[in-house]
Amino acid sequence: MAHDEQSPQPLLAVKDLNIAFVHPGGETAITRDVSFTVGAGERVGVVGESGCGKTVTGLSLLGLLPKRTARVRGEILFQGRDLLKMPARELRRLRGREISMIFQEPMSALDPVFTIGEQLCETLRAHYPVSRKEARERAIAALEEVGIPSPHLRLDDYPYQFSGGMRQRVMIAMALICRPKLVIADEPTTALDVTVQAQIIDLLRELSDTTGTALLFITHDLGVVAETCSRLLTMYAGEVVESAPVDTVLRRPAHPYSSGLLRSLPGLSERGGRLPSIPGRVPAPDNMPAGCRFQARCPHAADGCEQGQSLRTLEADRLARCWRSAELTLPGAVTP
Amino acid sequence: MNARLTPGPDTRAAGVRADRVRVHFRTRAGTVKAVDDVSFDIRAGETFGLIGESGSGKTTLGRALAGLQPLSGGRLFYDDREPAALNRAQRRQQRRDHQIIFQDPHAALNPRMTIAQSVMEPLDILRDGDRAQRRRVADEALERVGLAPEIGRRYPHELSGGQKQRVNIARTLTLRPRFIVCDEVVAALDVSIRGAILNLFADLQDEFGITYAFITHDISVVSHVSDRVGVLYLGRMMEQGPTEAVCEQPLHPYTQALLSAEPLPLPADQRDDRRRIRLQGEIPSPLNPPSGCPFRTRCPRAEQRCAEQVPEWREVAPDHRVACHFAGPV
Repeated sequence: MAHDEQSPQPLLAVKDLNIAFVHPGGETAITRDVSFTVGAGERVGVVGESGCGKTVTGLSLLGLLPKRTARVRGEILFQGRDLLKMPARELRRLRGREISMIFQEPMSALDPVFTIGEQLCETLRAHYPVSRKEARERAIAALEEVGIPSPHLRLDDYPYQFSGGMRQRVMIAMALICRPKLVIADEPTTALDVTVQAQIIDLLRELSDTTGTALLFITHDLGVVAETCSRLLTMYAGEVVESAPVDTVLRRPAHPYSSGLLRSLPGLSERGGRLPSIPGRVPAPDNMPAGCRFQARCPHAADGCEQGQSLRTLEADRLARCWRSAELTLPGAVTP
Repeated sequence: MNARLTPGPDTRAAGVRADRVRVHFRTRAGTVKAVDDVSFDIRAGETFGLIGESGSGKTTLGRALAGLQPLSGGRLFYDDREPAALNRAQRRQQRRDHQIIFQDPHAALNPRMTIAQSVMEPLDILRDGDRAQRRRVADEALERVGLAPEIGRRYPHELSGGQKQRVNIARTLTLRPRFIVCDEVVAALDVSIRGAILNLFADLQDEFGITYAFITHDISVVSHVSDRVGVLYLGRMMEQGPTEAVCEQPLHPYTQALLSAEPLPLPADQRDDRRRIRLQGEIPSPLNPPSGCPFRTRCPRAEQRCAEQVPEWREVAPDHRVACHFAGPV
């Protein structure tokens, strides 16, 4: 399921999102002018090193950043309505029902003193006027959908009685029980073993296909994105630096940072040979360089990079924040 | 005692041999066989990769190799000598020769100590040389891992994850170890800087002839750095052999599944999804491991025999061993 061709507006349109944290010494900007869209049913991956603003961006979409310290400016248009201007009550109705979230650590996202069933039913009953009996049935169906064996028995178990992979399945069931239009998944497989990760990736992809739920998949793992998503956003130092179809980025990335991330994957280098890496580190939020934020680490930095960089359109659905994109031929994961 | 970091004329590498090593933990709920009957050898100067999922016993085995975990059974030999056969001074030297580097570079550093203090601490404990000499060795070690000596005045919270892991490596280097257990040393680091740290390990091996036991759950890392690998599952060795053989022609169904589960950053038309082996379920509780072959409950090729008989640990090709009744290419 690709973009909904009926409606010209995407499901989610984030425009010039600027997130800053206020502290006694002033204000520290975390993201700058982050703009992207997610179409109905579309699966978009967000990658970048730690400290690039991926998680903060994800949390801001649900209004989950601390009210007292976070300043969020810009627009978050969900089905045309700005979530940032929405009254808290209305946003609460939306959260869990229209947009939901899956976190990295399922154990800390589940309440240890309530059964899985109570937590699933609570989510459903918070949004829909269903009877306890019906909620219970829906919860069983939801557990079955995510592949939990004998769901009618497991419903009355507590989170500690589930293994890591099963807990993440419960989290997915909970995120999907109200049939949201958008799920934000923040590193949902990072805490899992690779064989279990493969199961969860398959599950997320299948469920997104069958229910038409769009997915914003935040991860550091480009392999996971390649197997799950159709479009990739690369974030660096609080900015979107590239946005393009996944396969396009894997073949010919347009931003040196995307290229550097791909080349760093050990699986792509000759066994035992030297491994490429990106020298240096992400600049601290309160110490951002003027101009291109990646220039200090970029092997292609040249005169002109000290200028501020805008997100340029290279071709339809392919954007990069690098003025040299057109002239550079950057290595990707495969040779085209 | 000075010029400690200069490579000596001999390649002072250490070989390690594990013979039916067992580490069992008694708990109220029963005995956990974290490592059960595991045998392998690590050749002097090589990198031996140990791969396994959580609960496979890889960290316990690593601690045993570094001398931090007493064995419940079996024997460990270093340069063909058993620690029990060593006298006090020799054992002290061996403690120094065998080091371990941990996963979380931040937790491994004391937040109240400067980097220089942390790096010098092992030498301080050993009372090795005077203060100025220790300081010089620490500076040399920091320089060798690519950090400016000025960083010695800083505290851990001022450093990035990659820098902190470099500090941990420098601290180990001050002792001039011959054998280092690397337990998930890049798992906590961003992909973008893993390469630089892995290159550093390779350089130090070339320069000082260090032997590594490289423990990781990341197949792409282990297959890149290791000369030989061992695959662990529920405390048992499933397969072991030269990296190329194990990664290109895995014989054990578990190894095959593990390799095929690795997500590939390839465009859709270059991924072969048909080769995917999907395992059902997760690793069983080590408190109550399956009878016979521990992998049989998830194995696509399991038969009755697998529940009844523990597969023999057999050599199917030169230096390529496997524990499976039906081991062979898919």
